[in-house]
Amino acid sequence: MSARVLLKGGRVVDPGRSIDADLDLLLVDGEVAELDARVTARGAELIDAAGLVVCPGFIDLHTHLREPGREDKETIASGTAAAAAGGFTAVCAMPNTEPVNDQAGITRAILDTARREGAVRVWPIGAITRGSKGEELAEYGDLREAGCVAVSDDGRPVASARVMRRALEYAKAFDLTVIDHCEEPTLSHGAPMNEGAVATLLGLRGAPAAGEAMVVDRDVLLAELTGGKVHIAHASAALSVDAVRRGKARGVRVTAEATPHHLLLTDELVRSSEYDTSTKMNPPLRSEADRQALIQGLRDGTIDCIATDHAPHSVDDKKVEYDLAAFGIVGLETAVALCLDRLVTPGLVTLPRLIELLSTRPAAILGLPGGTLAPGAPADVTVLDLARRQKVDPARFLSKGRNTPFGGWTLKGAAVMTIVGGRVAWRQGR
Amino acid sequence: MTPPAYPHRHLLGIEPLEPSHIQAVLDTADALREVLDRPIKKVPALRGKTVVNLFYEPSTRTRASFEIAEKVLSADSLSIATATSSVLKGETLLDTAKNLEAMNPDMIVLRHSASGAPHFLARHCRSAIVNAGDGAHEHPTQALLDALTIRQKKGRLEGLRVAIVGDLLHSRVARSNVWLLTKMGARVVLCAPPTLVPPGIESLAPVTFHIDDAVEDADAIMMLRLQQERMTGGYFPTVREYHARFGLTEARVKRARRDVLILHPGPMNRGVEIASEVADGPYSVILDQVTNGVAVRMAVLYLLLGGTEGA
Repeated sequence: MSARVLLKGGRVVDPGRSIDADLDLLLVDGEVAELDARVTARGAELIDAAGLVVCPGFIDLHTHLREPGREDKETIASGTAAAAAGGFTAVCAMPNTEPVNDQAGITRAILDTARREGAVRVWPIGAITRGSKGEELAEYGDLREAGCVAVSDDGRPVASARVMRRALEYAKAFDLTVIDHCEEPTLSHGAPMNEGAVATLLGLRGAPAAGEAMVVDRDVLLAELTGGKVHIAHASAALSVDAVRRGKARGVRVTAEATPHHLLLTDELVRSSEYDTSTKMNPPLRSEADRQALIQGLRDGTIDCIATDHAPHSVDDKKVEYDLAAFGIVGLETAVALCLDRLVTPGLVTLPRLIELLSTRPAAILGLPGGTLAPGAPADVTVLDLARRQKVDPARFLSKGRNTPFGGWTLKGAAVMTIVGGRVAWRQGR
Repeated sequence: MTPPAYPHRHLLGIEPLEPSHIQAVLDTADALREVLDRPIKKVPALRGKTVVNLFYEPSTRTRASFEIAEKVLSADSLSIATATSSVLKGETLLDTAKNLEAMNPDMIVLRHSASGAPHFLARHCRSAIVNAGDGAHEHPTQALLDALTIRQKKGRLEGLRVAIVGDLLHSRVARSNVWLLTKMGARVVLCAPPTLVPPGIESLAPVTFHIDDAVEDADAIMMLRLQQERMTGGYFPTVREYHARFGLTEARVKRARRDVLILHPGPMNRGVEIASEVADGPYSVILDQVTNGVAVRMAVLYLLLGGTEGA
């Protein structure tokens, strides 16, 4: 007997095929079987989706699962549980674990654990360079074969233009996208926040937006030079959006993501929160002009997708002086609700565009299965309730990380069910 | 009932203060200063109160000043000096503070290299917190003692032209002074080489790169210390050129008003930011600043710890 799930009466939004209509969706044996106005299926598990939005499962291109090595901060089990609870059916796991995922053996170990313990799909990202030290290329052929879907030295910018050039060139042989954390380290120099008037008043060292944008520019030029594919991680600056826009206009193979926190917050929050370390991340929260430019980039297509940069940390890593606190915030369990409440509700982006940003485009950028509800596609589905209101309560996160600046925010709209491979991975309790 | 003259539980910076609060501290300092001239320099105002001076950065002047102020007011106090580097390896700031708090002090005076460290303690501790300098953020008692010194000599702050010259980028003294002086109606002009001007500071006061312009007709000139590690940090070519282009020399003092006051928070680099003849010259009030430092810290302790009458 085959496993069948029928979602009845939902508003199905599949931006890749321009579908936005009340339809029934039948999932059979882990694949999308049928999408039609009225589907009947004997023996299927019935899910009443009336009043809900049914869309292709969300894919986060930028997640730190921390395992192996920092299981105190997060594990594959806890991180994927958080992903499911946040509406994500797949996450791309950044390689800055301990050890760094720069070898096929580590990739395979991550995938093994994910298969056993993961609530959602895990797509490992391999390192650009061995140990992410920015010097010698990692073995992309082996990494690809073992299951890596991209390469990145996220968290540690590739400082050498020569190394970046070789990475973009060599990655072409294995159809790997190079995801770069763009930062000129001699300018940022470990600064805990954005350079500008707010940092000046707080007496904190600042990382200038230009230090990010000049590396985006460099990467765009190198992608143009080599014909390689570059994806700009967590673009945070207006100048970066501009660099990507110019690259795209010239036909360069460049894509870019933005995080919910850079889309919604500014460096003013560091001040108004009086140095709350949950406002510390890299890249840092920028100015209001930068934030507006990111939103404009979402609207005009310069920014291809929204990714969380989910970066769980232990309380000890955050409950210290601002200068000493770890960079990063959790995002998997807040991203979708934040986007619905702060981007869709005010009309900054439409619901289909948001779904494109969270599902269709991430899948396309890395060539991942999913991102569509076309028959034959993986039965990965996210169900949204646009009317549901809830308060962000970090104490109830499934992630081990509690480090979020969004605690206490009341948000309208949330993921209420996550289906992975035709099985319900998570559903909202009453 | 009238509201208290100084309604805050902590002193974390000058920025959050109203002019009337600053006034209250200065007036209290003026009143308490007289105690320092008595043959027996002790009043029982803070008897039974415990103050911990927690210094994570080297400091001679500020720490001694707080300690004397505490003793004059009869508070019980102890000083703990530790290098910030030990924080990275050993006990965290929060653990240290929590342990100290278990001994029930009424106040922690904190000097720390991390901006915002006093705010962090204020969030997690019960004691009153006094910021004795945090990173490049603020050094409120320094600004208060500078203001007290200027007010003593000039009778007012409002309308005075004050030049603040030197390493603005790394200076908590500059930030606290800009806040205080502008709140009190002084006209501040800032001066530094462009590499030592923090972005956006011009929203608080005008900036010039030319010290001659900065000191022109000044009623007071505050020179900022150029820290040793900045001298070789690539911010300017040589110490020689820094002194020649941005140092306060006798010739430059002549451009200011005839009754100009020269201030420096110390410790001075003679021949770098300030020429010896100026530091030791007739306009210098640098030692008055030190004396006033004790008075201002007495006032802060007194106001925050709710000292009883009897001074």
